[in-house]
Amino acid sequence: MNDLISVVDWSRWQFALTAMYHWLFVPLTLGLSVIVAVMESIYLRRRTEQWLRITKFWMMLFGINFVCGVATGIILEFEFGTNWSNYSWFVGDIFGAPLAIEGLLAFFLESTFVVVMFFGWNRVSPRFHLASTWLTALGATISALWILVANAWMQYPTGMTFNPDTMRNEMTDFWSVALSPVAINKFSHAVMSGWALAGVFVVGVSAWMLSHKRRREFALKSIKVGGWIGLAGILLTAWTGDGSAVEVARTQPMKLAAMEGLWRGQQGQEILAFGILNPAKSAGHDSVSPYLLKVGIPKGLSLLARHDLNAFVPGIDDIIDGVDRDADGNVVNTINYATRIERGKAAQQALRDYSETGSIEALSELKQNYSCFGYGYYDSPEELVPPVGLTFYSFHLMVTIGAYLIAFFIAVLLLAYKAPNWFTSRPWINWVCILSIPLVWICSQCGWIIAEVGRQPWVIQNLMPTRAAISAIEASSVRLTFWLFAATFTVLLVAEISIMLRQIKRKSLES
Amino acid sequence: MITDLQNYWWLLISVLGALLVFMLFVQGGQSMILCTRNEKMRQMIVNTIGRKWELSFTMLTVFGGAFFASFPLFYSTSFGGAYWLWMLILITYVLQAVSYEFRRKSGNVYGTMFYDVLLVINGVGGCVLLGVAVGTMIFGAEFSVTKGNLLNASQPIISTWDNPLHGLEAIASWRNLLLGFVVLFLARTQAGIYILNRVAYSRDFYHFMKRRVIVNSCIFVVLFLTIVVVLLTSPTYHALSSGAIEVRAYGFIDNISECPLIPGVMLLGVVLVLAGIMRAATGKRFRFATWSVGIGTVLVVMSLFWLIGYNDTAYYPSLTSPQSSLTIRNSSSSEFTLKVMSWVSVIVPFVLFYIAYVWRRMDKHHLKIEDATGDHSY
Repeated sequence: MNDLISVVDWSRWQFALTAMYHWLFVPLTLGLSVIVAVMESIYLRRRTEQWLRITKFWMMLFGINFVCGVATGIILEFEFGTNWSNYSWFVGDIFGAPLAIEGLLAFFLESTFVVVMFFGWNRVSPRFHLASTWLTALGATISALWILVANAWMQYPTGMTFNPDTMRNEMTDFWSVALSPVAINKFSHAVMSGWALAGVFVVGVSAWMLSHKRRREFALKSIKVGGWIGLAGILLTAWTGDGSAVEVARTQPMKLAAMEGLWRGQQGQEILAFGILNPAKSAGHDSVSPYLLKVGIPKGLSLLARHDLNAFVPGIDDIIDGVDRDADGNVVNTINYATRIERGKAAQQALRDYSETGSIEALSELKQNYSCFGYGYYDSPEELVPPVGLTFYSFHLMVTIGAYLIAFFIAVLLLAYKAPNWFTSRPWINWVCILSIPLVWICSQCGWIIAEVGRQPWVIQNLMPTRAAISAIEASSVRLTFWLFAATFTVLLVAEISIMLRQIKRKSLES
Repeated sequence: MITDLQNYWWLLISVLGALLVFMLFVQGGQSMILCTRNEKMRQMIVNTIGRKWELSFTMLTVFGGAFFASFPLFYSTSFGGAYWLWMLILITYVLQAVSYEFRRKSGNVYGTMFYDVLLVINGVGGCVLLGVAVGTMIFGAEFSVTKGNLLNASQPIISTWDNPLHGLEAIASWRNLLLGFVVLFLARTQAGIYILNRVAYSRDFYHFMKRRVIVNSCIFVVLFLTIVVVLLTSPTYHALSSGAIEVRAYGFIDNISECPLIPGVMLLGVVLVLAGIMRAATGKRFRFATWSVGIGTVLVVMSLFWLIGYNDTAYYPSLTSPQSSLTIRNSSSSEFTLKVMSWVSVIVPFVLFYIAYVWRRMDKHHLKIEDATGDHSY
């Protein structure tokens, strides 16, 4: 059992490592591909040498980043098999389809046209080249769509049924999987955040050029394109983030409670603008205060989660106890966690009986309790609480940086149009732009921490615990590959950053 | 109905597998870059094959994704079991992905030679290890599948690998390795012919590459004939109508005699590969040779997949628990999923069309030294 836990932990560490490295590069690919396509479109319209140089410069940085995304992405796809083999069987019938569609629709589009983008300047017509640049951006976006459909399904499993004969879940409604509201929100939220991230990157790099008095017009034009796309991206990210919060409240209330560090909810629940959690707080201890310090916005969480200032938002202990309230404040009893665990164990026993005897009664019992199947792997409700601290701080950091980015883009665009000289006469403005680059990456990573850590201990919400999803390998093997990947990715990241810095420096000196 | 869908998906897997092996010419070219006589030769090779690395890479990911969607039990059993084999394959591909882009960029920290060595590691390792992985599908692997384990809270894993080396033992198997080296030398032969067809450089380079084609193709032919003999004398695992698995001596010969299309396609493929090699070795019609070897490779690999998967043969035999062997019947996705994926597969011809169109546009003119050393080069 201890070894199993260790394999689970190391497999989670490895997946988190590869996913987080992957997500360093992917949002920049998503956003920069669109920015480059817009720049090339402007070039084709105006046919000036400067727009060609601007396009080629950002395209070069796109290329350096793109390959790192590709390198880290292949590991992720295959890790579902290597490290989460039980998962691959239990839900492969549903989960495999979006992955295959991603490959067929998106990867080929990207890999075919990215070559034209880089090597086709003198081999195809300008219009064909522009079309290739847009198709590369489209390929990257379609890729994001299908992998996020797959991820959304893990948060909100739908469109499937359990087949007791094969002991796995099987798809029954493809459109329900592909077009679930969770998937739509997740896709638009993630892609738009990529636009915002790339916008900050373009503004930050351009600001560095301006701070060194290099290529003023080049940098200002880049700031305008990056600024507009970044602003559009961050505003749409905020809008889709609101949609995501509503979906989380509906489908994963425990995650929402963890995001807010909320143990007991109420009607007109406040949202924290700032807070420090009390580490001594745990499930079932109402006498312990959940916060050491907090600054709240009245009724904020009710508004965010249910679009109603007076709505009830359940806390962690409420959910464990099965307590919720309707719009009028009346108590609505949901199934408490102790009962879910009982029903989960009953479902598992029924499946055992069915597979041994083929009994119809067992099958009926299984169907009746299958919605709680995953709970049967647990013995106490406390095991079903996600890591509150990490989820809480990630959420608040993400929202704070996100709000800052809205102001950032508005300010940058105002300066670029109304007072461009400020970029050269006031160095602190450039420093703000440059220092915003790491901030936007932190914001982006926090988003994924909320999504994945907040779902724990489930790998598929309510159906499969993370610990039941693993492969039968030794912890030592996973530990070794973890360090192998950590070393490899770090070596590559160092090289990528070094190349980017050198290229930015070198190209900014060209006349 | 589901059996038709299973057959259809095995056909698609065989097409993707065949295209993957065809695209391994990129790896084949990479495996040669350290043996060039001078820097310019190396630049020519890297820039000729380098413009296709994304397609080669994508082919592997799509092949993996398609296998996951259509035969998830193979995905969970092989990847989770032969852990080290697959991890090594993946790491070599990670190295490839960055090496082309980084190798000559200033500020790349580790120098061009470092990235060229990584390309060679992917070139040799990628081909041999993928060959080994396919070898386990022919010659078997050590695993068990017990679906009831799902209900065992302390060890709820249905597929277990019965060898503690987790795939390293597959690499040590001489039959798997033999197949790995067949793949490597085929890839090197294809790469040589492709480069000869694409490059207009010096006579020296021409003779250098032509010698590579002759040497590598000779080794390939010898290894290929050996693996054919080994294959035909190997036992197979067949599913009976009850679902039980029985071991058959010379089962592949049975498959050949029962499905004449398989040897027909394989023979046609072999003839095309050999004809292409002969043309390249004895003349200058490299365009014909490229097409001939390419199409021949696709046909041979496709028919190999048919041989090991159709006719109720277990395409992933278990040496330790024969009843756990995977067939296209017991390891596939549900009928609904296969049907959905079949609708999606309708776009495959369209995808192949635009790939071919772009390939043709980009490869219209021979690659010159300026293309391999200018700003837009690897």
